[in-house]
Amino acid sequence: MKQAEKSIQKPKSMYARFERKPGEDKTNTHYCPGCGHGIVHKLIAEALDTLDMAERTVFISPVGCSVFAYYYFDCGNIQVAHGRAPAVASGVTRANPGNFLISYQGDGDLAAIGTAEIIHAANRGEKMTVFFVNNSIYGMTGGQMAPTTLLGQKTTTTPFGREFMNEGNPIRIAEMIAILDAPVYVARASVHNIKAIMQARKSITKALQAQRDGKGFALVEILAPCPSGWKIDPQESAAWVEKNVLPVFPLGEFKDETVGREGISRARNAASDEQIISLLGLDTAPPHFALSNPKAASLRVLCAGFGGQGIMLLGQMLAHLGMRHGLEVSWLPSYGPEMRGGTANCSVVFSEEAVGSPIVEYPDLLVIMNGPSLDKFLPALVPGGVLVYNSSIIENAPRREDVQIVAVPASDLALQAGSERAANIVMFGVIVSVYGSFSEEAYSHLLAEFFTSEKILGINEKALRAGMEYARNI
Amino acid sequence: MKLVRGNEAVIYGALLAGCQSYYGYPITPASEIAHTAAYYFPQLGRTFLQAESELAAINMVYGASAAGERTMTASSGPGISLKSEGLSYLAGAELPAVVVNVMRAGPGLGNIGPEQSDYNQMVKGGGHGNYRLIVLAPYSAQEMCDMTILAFELADRYRTPVAVLADGVIGQMMEAVRFPKPCDTSPAKPWAVRGDAATRPNCLTSIYLDFDSLEAHNRRLIMKFAEIEAREQRWQGYMLDDAEVAIVAYGVTSREAKSVCESLRADGIKAGLFRPKTLWPFPKEGLCEIAERVPKIFVAELSMGMLIDDVRLALNDGRRLGFAANYGGKLIRGDALRNAVVEFVKGQQ
Ligand code: SF4
Repeated sequence: MKQAEKSIQKPKSMYARFERKPGEDKTNTHYCPGCGHGIVHKLIAEALDTLDMAERTVFISPVGCSVFAYYYFDCGNIQVAHGRAPAVASGVTRANPGNFLISYQGDGDLAAIGTAEIIHAANRGEKMTVFFVNNSIYGMTGGQMAPTTLLGQKTTTTPFGREFMNEGNPIRIAEMIAILDAPVYVARASVHNIKAIMQARKSITKALQAQRDGKGFALVEILAPCPSGWKIDPQESAAWVEKNVLPVFPLGEFKDETVGREGISRARNAASDEQIISLLGLDTAPPHFALSNPKAASLRVLCAGFGGQGIMLLGQMLAHLGMRHGLEVSWLPSYGPEMRGGTANCSVVFSEEAVGSPIVEYPDLLVIMNGPSLDKFLPALVPGGVLVYNSSIIENAPRREDVQIVAVPASDLALQAGSERAANIVMFGVIVSVYGSFSEEAYSHLLAEFFTSEKILGINEKALRAGMEYARNI
Repeated sequence: MKLVRGNEAVIYGALLAGCQSYYGYPITPASEIAHTAAYYFPQLGRTFLQAESELAAINMVYGASAAGERTMTASSGPGISLKSEGLSYLAGAELPAVVVNVMRAGPGLGNIGPEQSDYNQMVKGGGHGNYRLIVLAPYSAQEMCDMTILAFELADRYRTPVAVLADGVIGQMMEAVRFPKPCDTSPAKPWAVRGDAATRPNCLTSIYLDFDSLEAHNRRLIMKFAEIEAREQRWQGYMLDDAEVAIVAYGVTSREAKSVCESLRADGIKAGLFRPKTLWPFPKEGLCEIAERVPKIFVAELSMGMLIDDVRLALNDGRRLGFAANYGGKLIRGDALRNAVVEFVKGQQ
């Protein structure tokens, strides 16, 4: 093994001297004698040379023995958190779709802590090549069990050998990834002897070529010896792989669509400032109107009813109306479980100064669409305040002497206008008439903005007029 | 001017600031940020991606930032817990990014009501190691936009992650926002890894196996954080000039406190508001200056005494502070806050 390693010339995609490596020795890797990582590194670098990819390559170093892969690869280098390399690589390739991404991961990194990241990156078909080095043990942290550790194999965390009953069986990543639709090429190779290395070189090259040709995601699982973790002599590791590893992790190509597959592109088209402004609607100012009296200039409003009665929309329309009349406004919904089926309420504040608290605890105007909300909120209405309630639904007339009470058969009027769902707009019509502060032109603008379907707009226009007329006749 | 939700204003700000990618995972009450991003980013040739987890999202952000672009994510407390790993790595590798937290109530799954109990999570760390997170605290939809833009600027200026810490109310509330012109001030990033000849020699990492190198790296980071602390303290005062009592509050609580100040003044109690706009760096200098003139300091927060710790540390004068808090997704009621301040002013709290 060692001789095979030495006979290979250092590829150009590896640094001539490993300057980032601390210490005196800048020519040898930090890996143990007989470690598979060194061979895999060389095979990847040679393939990068052959395919002329290094300059555009971004190499992601994981956590594990290969955490320092950036000592060696003459590419852009990013070192990342344990298991997250495929997520980081996704962020890089989306930013610079012309880059070639290599995610180099060990079995703890990819097959344990990073299973979610690898599966989803593969499933999205991110443009990256993953080299998954499976040596069936955690090397760096001191020989603990990996998800790929063999049954019966002794490690520092399976001192009596891995057992199915406790730790489950070794996990076969290549086979799992191969069943997904997006990956282009998935294979398992090994570097335990010369013959295997020749085959591994082919797989590694094919996987990188798939990316160079824009085809998408490829993964090569590579069985590699870890004599230190296995606690055996490097000379014996090849035989150990043959005997113990290969029966569990068969070599081969599990998926190869490198020929048939169309290339993918996630190239971005940068938008101009004008496009941004126009898409966000910042090039048009909402129409502006003058308040005809100051009655609504400082008003705290609470609207409440059943979810689905259009309470939120009613509140938003009021907020828009206030803003278009030069007022400072806020709209705050009740959110969450309350909205799922139960009651809904929202606070609207109009003010001539910047709005302080957007939460309306004591409303000046209370708009109530159902019975439970009336019981809940009526006591909070300030003396002298206004209650507008839907008398089609609430039968018992509310009792309070110190407030103005406006009963509106809103659901009935809405039904006459064409749909009971327009009851909120009937209420809106009543409210704007009671205060008489706002411009009529502003209402029609708003309705047209909120209801784009002609039929529904028609119903709501009728509902609005019905509400206004009703208020006038009180 | 446009009426938008606080959560929407974040994305408007991000797009105007030249943010190229959004990576996130849904969570109430922050989801409208993702919804708005999903709608606008692709239409502008930018990337929106719903990640498989918060962990993946923050690491996609790590990748996008390493690749040299403005990028962001948003979540709420439980998601930020997961993202905290990434925050530490971003700070360690000195990668700029913007993270928005629209706080809900905790601990654990809690509920989706407004709380400010992620204060310590954001301001004191959350991730491991010696790092600081710049934390901006918006109190309006306008500031949700403005502070998102500022967050991108600070992140790039200092090569460090920046958080925008809002609460459910500020995120859900709609207000009129005056949006600025597009303001992509992204500087050149010669350190980025762009997969080209110019950046080929670059390497971004947070591992320094050699103890001396990691010590030196830490010292450099700490000096950077000291510079941020000296230069970036921000706060806003309201009716403090003649105040006898200053309420210290941020986010939704500062909105309530503002109304309480007005109502107290109507009754002859001269109350003012001290509103930190940066929670880290905490506006110590401003607060100390105010505290020299204003005898009584009152702290209001939706957490169990987190903000008040920083107020105490900043004042460092042993004075008794007034305090009001609420939890569980419930706000401090306006009248409860008002009464607590009155009692404190009268020496009864
Ligand atoms: S512990 Fe194993 S994987 Fe790690 S460097 Fe040594 S031989 Fe290689």
